[in-house]
Amino acid sequence: MPWSTRAFAMSGPERVRWPTRALALGVWLGGLWILVTRFGRVRAALLDGALDDRLAVVTLALTLVVPAIWGWRVSRKPERQKRAGVSQWDLAARAFSKNRTAVAGLVIIVLLYLVALLTPLLAPFDPAFQGDLVNERYVGPSAVHPLGTDQFARDVFSRLLYGTRISLVIGFVSVGISVTIGTVLGAIAGYIGGVVDGLIMRVVDMVISFPTLILLITIIAFFQPSIFLIVAVLGLTLWPNTARIVRAEVLSLREREFVQAAVALGYSKRRIILGHLIPNALGPVIVASTLGIGQMIVLEAGLSFLGLGVQPPTPSWGTMVADGRNVLLGAWWLSTFPGLAIVFTVLSFNLVGDGLRDALDPRLRT
Amino acid sequence: MTKYVVRRLLGAVPLLIGIATIVFFAVNLAPGDPASYFMAPGMTQEVVEQMRTNFGLDDPVPVRYVKWLGSMLTGDFGFSFSHSRPVLDVLTTFLPNTLLLSACALSLAFLFGIFLGTLQAVRQHSAFDSATSVVLLFFYSMPSFWLALMLILTFSLFARNVWEWPVWFPASGMTPTDYDFLSFGEQVRARFMHLVLPTASLALVLTAGIARYMRTSMLEVIRQDFVRTARAKGLSERVVVFKHALRNALIPIVTLAGLYIPILFSGSVFIEYIFAWPGLGRTIVDAINTRDYPLVMGGSFFFATMVVVANLIADLLYAVVDPRIRYERT
Repeated sequence: MPWSTRAFAMSGPERVRWPTRALALGVWLGGLWILVTRFGRVRAALLDGALDDRLAVVTLALTLVVPAIWGWRVSRKPERQKRAGVSQWDLAARAFSKNRTAVAGLVIIVLLYLVALLTPLLAPFDPAFQGDLVNERYVGPSAVHPLGTDQFARDVFSRLLYGTRISLVIGFVSVGISVTIGTVLGAIAGYIGGVVDGLIMRVVDMVISFPTLILLITIIAFFQPSIFLIVAVLGLTLWPNTARIVRAEVLSLREREFVQAAVALGYSKRRIILGHLIPNALGPVIVASTLGIGQMIVLEAGLSFLGLGVQPPTPSWGTMVADGRNVLLGAWWLSTFPGLAIVFTVLSFNLVGDGLRDALDPRLRT
Repeated sequence: MTKYVVRRLLGAVPLLIGIATIVFFAVNLAPGDPASYFMAPGMTQEVVEQMRTNFGLDDPVPVRYVKWLGSMLTGDFGFSFSHSRPVLDVLTTFLPNTLLLSACALSLAFLFGIFLGTLQAVRQHSAFDSATSVVLLFFYSMPSFWLALMLILTFSLFARNVWEWPVWFPASGMTPTDYDFLSFGEQVRARFMHLVLPTASLALVLTAGIARYMRTSMLEVIRQDFVRTARAKGLSERVVVFKHALRNALIPIVTLAGLYIPILFSGSVFIEYIFAWPGLGRTIVDAINTRDYPLVMGGSFFFATMVVVANLIADLLYAVVDPRIRYERT
């Protein structure tokens, strides 16, 4: 396989640097490892699996195919053709890739998403599988149960893996909702101004000065907690920040020549806002939403901790921390490991967010 | 300045009414019946109907909203079911405890945050700077409830039962059970010991945020001309940093105080819940769990009001500490 040796060579004249190669090789080898060790499960999932089982198989196939194709292409064309111009996004990407901690955060996030998708193949146990309640409750970390077992003799490691999905999905979707609402409202407020601006910004003030957690607890406690409600409610909490950022950006963009040109060309307000203002205000929004995903993950974990989040038996990191709360002394691993998972996930998002802020702000680029 | 204060105070009124509206409709549009708190399994339908009439629950929601808002304006927050006392009474009982915890955490967080951030900025790009940055980001990414559990695990449970340290900290409540029988000195000590872990778990997360902010702010100030002038005058580095630069770098930190109050209150809900601290946050969570509708509405509104007031104070302080800011024009 000449392509693989060349593509994954750790040195060479190619422009792709070694961390990227290492990641590609790691993902490829990891995929291979899963395929070999979990072959029975892969076949079962393919033959009669649920949706997430099939999704896991598709992801597995991608982890095997994508790095290989990528490596083949890199080995074929060692020097890529230089483009004539360099865009702002290219500059930002270059600045970002020089920031080692931020890249490390990004790598962790990519791996986390892979783990979340591959969980049905990866997890050693079913997350709801209860072992021998007499002998296997509260067993400390061991070879069989790397992170111990909980009060129903369930494997903490498997539950941790399944919990990854809840955190990542809730973080991502709720921030997506927030950012969409916030961007549109902020742009409208900033561009149209006047009464509309006043009205939107007063609502923003109101929601911002409200203790988010109390509002969330109130809404969720009085309705039935479900994953959809949580995503929706979390999505409704972060948008004021986005709205403020976008409005401030739009206020300064509004006076720029390209916007005036668009007005002179007779474009509609909708077209100017969606096509000209929002794309140019996206930088700070991307930063805020990356940091926001971290906040949402913490918030979701907090709600689950209070018993208002994802309902058992669905494993969620917050619920797992809460499960260990009353047996801290006897079974410290129950609360500790899910919490560490939260910390490292949020840390990665914060690292990437910080890196993006430095990369997207031309003044901070060096 | 007076004009600005008056305008801000007037601006807070519609804000508070809006918040009250959100609170009311969030609670009242949810399925469930406030009267259910008093319902017993064997009750006949007539008794239930009578009870609903007595509570005024027969009225349509908009009518109830107007009535509720009207009584709120006169300072009547209603009657708490679970405490059998007026809501305002309940809230004012628990408020001092929350304020004590928040004040301790906030002042510690600002003290350490400002100090660490300044040191980092002064030694930018040093090993100390990057190491502190990583540690701070680690704490910044931490959910406060998990940190609280880990602190309990380490400094209370393991310290006491496994490692047998001479000093360990109590993990729940505000006072020990035998508090009333202690001498005054011991009482003070007991209170302090109970305060340590909750304060630490609240303050550590805040410290991280403040230090990060302080570092940026200090870095901007330290490059300015007047700092160079101070150095050129031959002042020692200590005086330059802590007297000339620090004062100017502190200005944006004041707004941070306003920004952190809601975070602090949200955090204190978890901390009070975990440490069984008899404060506002815990009271509201309990009220939600027992379906004590008046207390939930009153408590949320009270909480929000405190946030609004804190923001107002932070904005006013900002005007006081930074004479460059003029508030005359909009």
